Amino acid sequence: MSARGLLAEFASADALLAAVRRARSEGYSRLDAYSPFPIDEIGSAIGFSDEPKMPWIGLAGAVFGAFIGFFMQVYANLFYPLDIGGRRLLSVPAFLVSTFELMILFSGFFLLFGMLYLNGMPKLYHPVAEAEPFARATRDRFFLCIRRDDPKVRSGEAEIFLKKLSPVSLTEVDA
Amino acid sequence: MNTVAPTADPREPVEFYAAVTDEIVAIPSEFPQRRNWWIGFAFSLTLLFLFFVCLGKLFIEGVGIWGNNIPVTWGFPIINYVWWLGIGHAGTFISAFLLLVEQHWRNSLNRFAEAMTMFSVAIAGIYPCIHLGRPWFLYWMAPYFSTMGVWPQFRSPLAWDFFAVLVYLLVSVLFWYIGILPDLASARDSAAKRGWQIFFGLISLGWRGEARQWVRWRRCYRLVAMLAVPLVVSVASEYSFLFSSSVLAGWHSTVFPPYFVLGAIFSGFGVVSMLSIVLRSAFHLENLITERHLGLLGLMLLVTGFLTSYGYAADVFFAYYGGDPREIQYWMNAWFGHLWWGYWGAVGLNFIPLQALWFRTVRRNPLALFLISSCVVVGMWCERFMIVTTGLQHEPLASSWGLYTPSLWDWLTFAGSVGVFLTPYFLFIRFLPMSSAHEMKKTAYEESEHSQ
Repeated sequence: MSARGLLAEFASADALLAAVRRARSEGYSRLDAYSPFPIDEIGSAIGFSDEPKMPWIGLAGAVFGAFIGFFMQVYANLFYPLDIGGRRLLSVPAFLVSTFELMILFSGFFLLFGMLYLNGMPKLYHPVAEAEPFARATRDRFFLCIRRDDPKVRSGEAEIFLKKLSPVSLTEVDA
Repeated sequence: MNTVAPTADPREPVEFYAAVTDEIVAIPSEFPQRRNWWIGFAFSLTLLFLFFVCLGKLFIEGVGIWGNNIPVTWGFPIINYVWWLGIGHAGTFISAFLLLVEQHWRNSLNRFAEAMTMFSVAIAGIYPCIHLGRPWFLYWMAPYFSTMGVWPQFRSPLAWDFFAVLVYLLVSVLFWYIGILPDLASARDSAAKRGWQIFFGLISLGWRGEARQWVRWRRCYRLVAMLAVPLVVSVASEYSFLFSSSVLAGWHSTVFPPYFVLGAIFSGFGVVSMLSIVLRSAFHLENLITERHLGLLGLMLLVTGFLTSYGYAADVFFAYYGGDPREIQYWMNAWFGHLWWGYWGAVGLNFIPLQALWFRTVRRNPLALFLISSCVVVGMWCERFMIVTTGLQHEPLASSWGLYTPSLWDWLTFAGSVGVFLTPYFLFIRFLPMSSAHEMKKTAYEESEHSQ
């Protein structure tokens, strides 16, 4: 039996969800599920809880941006004091607009790059894309991949399991 | 072991997934309206060329080619800056705010509305730059460690403006890109030609739609939406501070920040309606941008229009309630002065045609909605014109009063700026998925789940 991953194709989101749940309950752990749109329950079905990393990344960006924004203005006003009618140099209300904008900016960039980093992107090649049916993964088809590092793949158990789910197609992939 | 295979629910709209992908994502590679696209693109390129001619004239001769002079130093560049920036706000509002409040009808409109935001904010950013007497010192507005040791004046609304517009532009691009990323992957997978595959392959960064990717993507998208909503409010408030933090009669008002935010969203909904109507008829998207969508856009126009009108009423009320003779003079000047058409144009075009939208048949009629929206877009421009010119013509010292008349170059530059908007917009609808296919698929799936 080859030690290649298995990619099963399904025609609907419900079929994929059911397949993922069955696979999990039967002890498969090295699973990837691909869908053309986000499915609400898919994260919990695959055992990937809505991880709290993204909000923390956003918060880190916001704190960083606000810090940079505010203290840049403090620094500039001390380093290059402009006396406008004797008004105080460090007037906090006047600094808050730019501070707020930079807070938003850095938070947004942290979120984008954090999401890309955690998602392993950019990654222009992935072995799963070698499978011919996978061209429809972003169109209208749903895929469950049992990766080759799953212990049940080598024994051939995985193939029998997936065939029982009556997928539209079943392909071997190097994933 | 249970051997029952999971079966698909027959009500799940699996045909719709394919159909919507082919309809939206295939538009760039099998573009249906080539001839009309070239006509429109040639028109916008002509306007863009006109804009460059105007810039050339401006850079050679200076801002004297425009009508702005002491006391009306702002004139067309700032009027158009505020107008274009305001148009952008509706795109963010539709994408971000309506995403957070789970209004799924937005999914048909958000992508091209966000594109509208990006391009109109970009022009809005150009206007204050060319309005500088010495635009080659533009970079002095940016904070950096210069050898002169000079820093921007951070306590001035003009420095806030630099941050607000720049951040708004960058965050708009970022939000748009996060939203379009899965559709770029979809375009990559459905492209037949090698060139398109490489183009979409590179810009989609290898998106595959894996479950964990989707979970993080949705978190990221919603969090950036949560940033974008207060950002819109802050940006519109910030450029209202350019006016209200001065002591000029008619400008020094606390109603300005909300008045500007709502007026901005109002004008933007006008442009979104116009774009929706043109795109749905050009690309036969009647099944995706339905009459229901037009009706909802009409309702949004009606609501934001009334809120804007509240701003008009409050402004006049506080002038007379306060009783400051300079404030009252401002209004007399706006109503009966040299540029009376600014005020009456704003009220006449923003408030009166809007009343037709009370009727459902009018809201759902593409032609009627298009005409009312164009009235709103022109009316909002008149409002910006009225605010800028009326306020500046009458300074506190009567000896420094002056009149403002826009010059031919003002109008030509304005016409050219439309080309700056339309040219990238035409490129966008030609080369990128103009609607959000993955979000429409998700909505269709969830609606089928709810109907069970």
